[in-house]
Amino acid sequence: MKVVLEHLTKRFPNRNKGGADVIAVNDFDFEIPDGKLIGLLGPSGCGKSTTLNLISGLQKPSEGKIFFGDLDVTKLEPEHRGVGLVFQNYALYPHLTVEENIMFPLGNLRGKEKMTKQAMQEKALEAAKLVQIDQLMARKPSELSGGQQQRVAIARALVKTPRVLLLDEPLSNLDARLRLQTREELRRIQQETKVTTIFVTHDQEEAMSISDMIVVMSAGLVQQIGKPQDVYDDPKNLFVAKFLGTPPINVFKGFVTGGNLYIGEEAVLEVPGVPDQDVFVGIRPEGFILDPQGPLTLNLSGVEVMGRDITVISKHDFCENVQIRSIISAENTVDTGSSVVRFSLKPYKVHLFAADTEERIYFGSQKPLGNKLQA
Amino acid sequence: MENRSFKGWLYLLPAIAFLGLFMIYPLVDVFVYSFEEGYNSASQRYFGIGLYNYSYVLHDPYFMQAVKNTFILVIITVPVSTILALLISVGLSQIKPLKELYQTVFFLPYVTNTLAVGLVFMILFKKTAYSDGLVNLLINWFGGKSVDFIDGPYWAKMFVLCFYTVWIVMPFKILILTSALASVNQDYYNAARVDGTSKGRIFRKITLPMISPMIFYLVITGFIGAFKAYSDAVALFGTDLNSAGMNTIVGYVYDMLYGNSGGYPSYASAAAIILFAIVLTITVINLSVSRRNVTYK
Amino acid sequence: MNTNQELTKIERSAAVKKTVRNVILYTLLTLWGLIVLFPFYWMILSSVKSYSAYNSEYIPKFYTLSPTLQNYIDAFTTVNLGRYFLNTFIYTIVTTGLMVIVIVLSAYAFARLQFKGRDFVFTLFLALMMIPNELVIITNFVTITNWGMRNTFQGLILPSVASVFYIYLLRENFAQVPDELYYAAKVDGTRDIKYLFKVMIPICRPTIITIIILKVIECWNSYVWPRLITDDSNYYLVSNGIQEIRENGFGRENIPAMMAAVVVISVPLIIIFLLFHKKIMEGVSRGGTKG
Repeated sequence: MKVVLEHLTKRFPNRNKGGADVIAVNDFDFEIPDGKLIGLLGPSGCGKSTTLNLISGLQKPSEGKIFFGDLDVTKLEPEHRGVGLVFQNYALYPHLTVEENIMFPLGNLRGKEKMTKQAMQEKALEAAKLVQIDQLMARKPSELSGGQQQRVAIARALVKTPRVLLLDEPLSNLDARLRLQTREELRRIQQETKVTTIFVTHDQEEAMSISDMIVVMSAGLVQQIGKPQDVYDDPKNLFVAKFLGTPPINVFKGFVTGGNLYIGEEAVLEVPGVPDQDVFVGIRPEGFILDPQGPLTLNLSGVEVMGRDITVISKHDFCENVQIRSIISAENTVDTGSSVVRFSLKPYKVHLFAADTEERIYFGSQKPLGNKLQA
Repeated sequence: MENRSFKGWLYLLPAIAFLGLFMIYPLVDVFVYSFEEGYNSASQRYFGIGLYNYSYVLHDPYFMQAVKNTFILVIITVPVSTILALLISVGLSQIKPLKELYQTVFFLPYVTNTLAVGLVFMILFKKTAYSDGLVNLLINWFGGKSVDFIDGPYWAKMFVLCFYTVWIVMPFKILILTSALASVNQDYYNAARVDGTSKGRIFRKITLPMISPMIFYLVITGFIGAFKAYSDAVALFGTDLNSAGMNTIVGYVYDMLYGNSGGYPSYASAAAIILFAIVLTITVINLSVSRRNVTYK
Repeated sequence: MNTNQELTKIERSAAVKKTVRNVILYTLLTLWGLIVLFPFYWMILSSVKSYSAYNSEYIPKFYTLSPTLQNYIDAFTTVNLGRYFLNTFIYTIVTTGLMVIVIVLSAYAFARLQFKGRDFVFTLFLALMMIPNELVIITNFVTITNWGMRNTFQGLILPSVASVFYIYLLRENFAQVPDELYYAAKVDGTRDIKYLFKVMIPICRPTIITIIILKVIECWNSYVWPRLITDDSNYYLVSNGIQEIRENGFGRENIPAMMAAVVVISVPLIIIFLLFHKKIMEGVSRGGTKG
């Protein structure tokens, strides 16, 4: 079922008297296609969890509408929306077994949908098998590990075949090793059930790795929506560029004069068509080419040999980052005795942003990629 | 090190002195008394060591009346007050505006003097030559006959006593249950709501189990407290509880000690120890029942 | 639920259900609120009705057209109400004061000081909490009688001072003060007693105040012990004073005057409650859940 958010806005009154309202979600407009896995990504406090609460109905919007398919559910109580919600701390009923936890939503069905106990148990078993927890049905939540508890929570959310599945920071309570494993699980489950799924996270790697589309948010405003690779390759503003990517993009202060990009004294790139102005220059780690005659000179700090590639660590006076990381092929050799290292740049890995608005400036053959998913 | 040890004990000295003299010594002493048969304060003599005191007490019709009264009081007030407190607390948890006001009002009886307010209750329920009293007015309105709840039939007196006792104990129970309810993680309710659970089902399957430890705590302490009932009865019926037929076990103990028939610490001790034994037994029963039923750690 | 119309129907019925539920809730809660408040209302009302007016009401009236303060005057003159008040006041202040000293010292010893046998003694103290008052009161009665302290303040106060429960509460609070503060003070050469007064007590002041308030309430309402050991009405406290008034005072059942006495007795605590209700309720709640 597709989910449509129309001008969704949520305001909270300011805690300090006389302050302006806090706008947690600001005019969020998005049509989520049926059956896709969407990642809501952003730093804490950006409004992503609030958006999830609005979709589930636990909070009501100040303005705007929410549609499940063609149904306007904006004023509908959560009990009637048919949403599956997985909480950050799972909220498993501690006094019930795994089986009873999963069966719980089924016990609420009334009228012609009411199920016999046996039917409920069968459905619960189905859901448990889907998340591979069917061996632990008789245990209580306190007897399970974090990862197992989460799978029970997912099973409980899915057992009633919800219209939409919502997950609030599903991986943040798991240890690093489990996180990798579980996010693949999430993707597998979503693809098997084909339920429209929205999950919230602050970890960009997570969002990038499994989402069909990501929504980057900051301070209640949507910054960019698109396929993960598109958003990575084509950030619309400095925030998005800095938020995505590990290691993070290297940001320099520079200026454009006469169609040339200058960082410090050096003209590092030709940028035809860009008017003269001060800019932020974002260079992806993989955007550097080791070049003894290269236009960009950096102060060499060290080299990390990763085996499959080499990371050059350096500094520059005009760079915002404390360290600049440049990833180059392992076939290169870096003269570690030298105090400087020189690079030339791959144009499609260099992103310019206006110094005042931080909006993206396109140059040369750069073109914006699709912003909304073609349905 | 020695110096420190000494200092620690020095700080404890006042507490040890008071507690030792007025708690530990009496505990031992009471047991001794109960076996010194027929000890009389006036003559300071007793006629033997044995179980005579216990036998005397257990055969005393006033004691049996007191036991009967106390048991009825316990059986009625503990379930009623606990269930009522539960309903009120749940009700409070569902409202936001004016909640604090209600909570404060509900707590008022806790800080009031039982004797003082008991007097007011007595006036409201008593039928005198001048007037039938306010409660009887209400009864008449509904078409019933006036009853003297203070000086009248046994069931009426029992009723007032139970009513007043519940009135007195409610504040504490409401307070405890309210804070127990508040400590349940909101996420459980949110999860249940999203799953479409009705309010009734939420209450039965989630709320109750999660606060069941507190409920059992209130039941256990409720039993213990109700067995010790005394001042509530005096507040309503006056100091001569025996003639009103409304004596409680504790009242009997004090009567033996002090009142008109008093001066017998040995009988009082025996009665007190019997009370203690009853309370201990009931508590043990309660604990084992709760162990089986409390579903949540 | 396939159409928007069905949804609107569900929304509307949900809203109606919610309103009905709120109405019922508020009604029931208000009902209990009235049951709680009514005796107080009646207390005050009766205390301002004149004696003749009160007795002439065959059907009690909910109001009075000619309120009078005569009953209050009677309350203080015909019975010894002022004396009871004063006694209770003295009793409360002294008992509470002594208690504070005792529990601060012992809680400090248990929480902060190191000495042999500390934990053993603490467990012993905890066990004492289970002893019902009704048992110990018997011997205390005999003890006090034998010491000739019947009808004295000492007799009233001394057995009432110690309370294991408050020692336990305060000790918990003291124990929460971080060890580092103590070590830092020690390194500066601070003596234990100075640490107690300059650091522990100020930090834990809220709990101490709550304990004081609770003890004051306890003392003000105390009945059994005063009744046992005082038969000279000069030493009555307000509780057994009330009983005395009820049985012997005011001649022939002067209810309005009795009510005036009751009002006077209840007022101090009610004022304390209104001022400190948050603290009191927090303290009782904490104490209750720890039990």
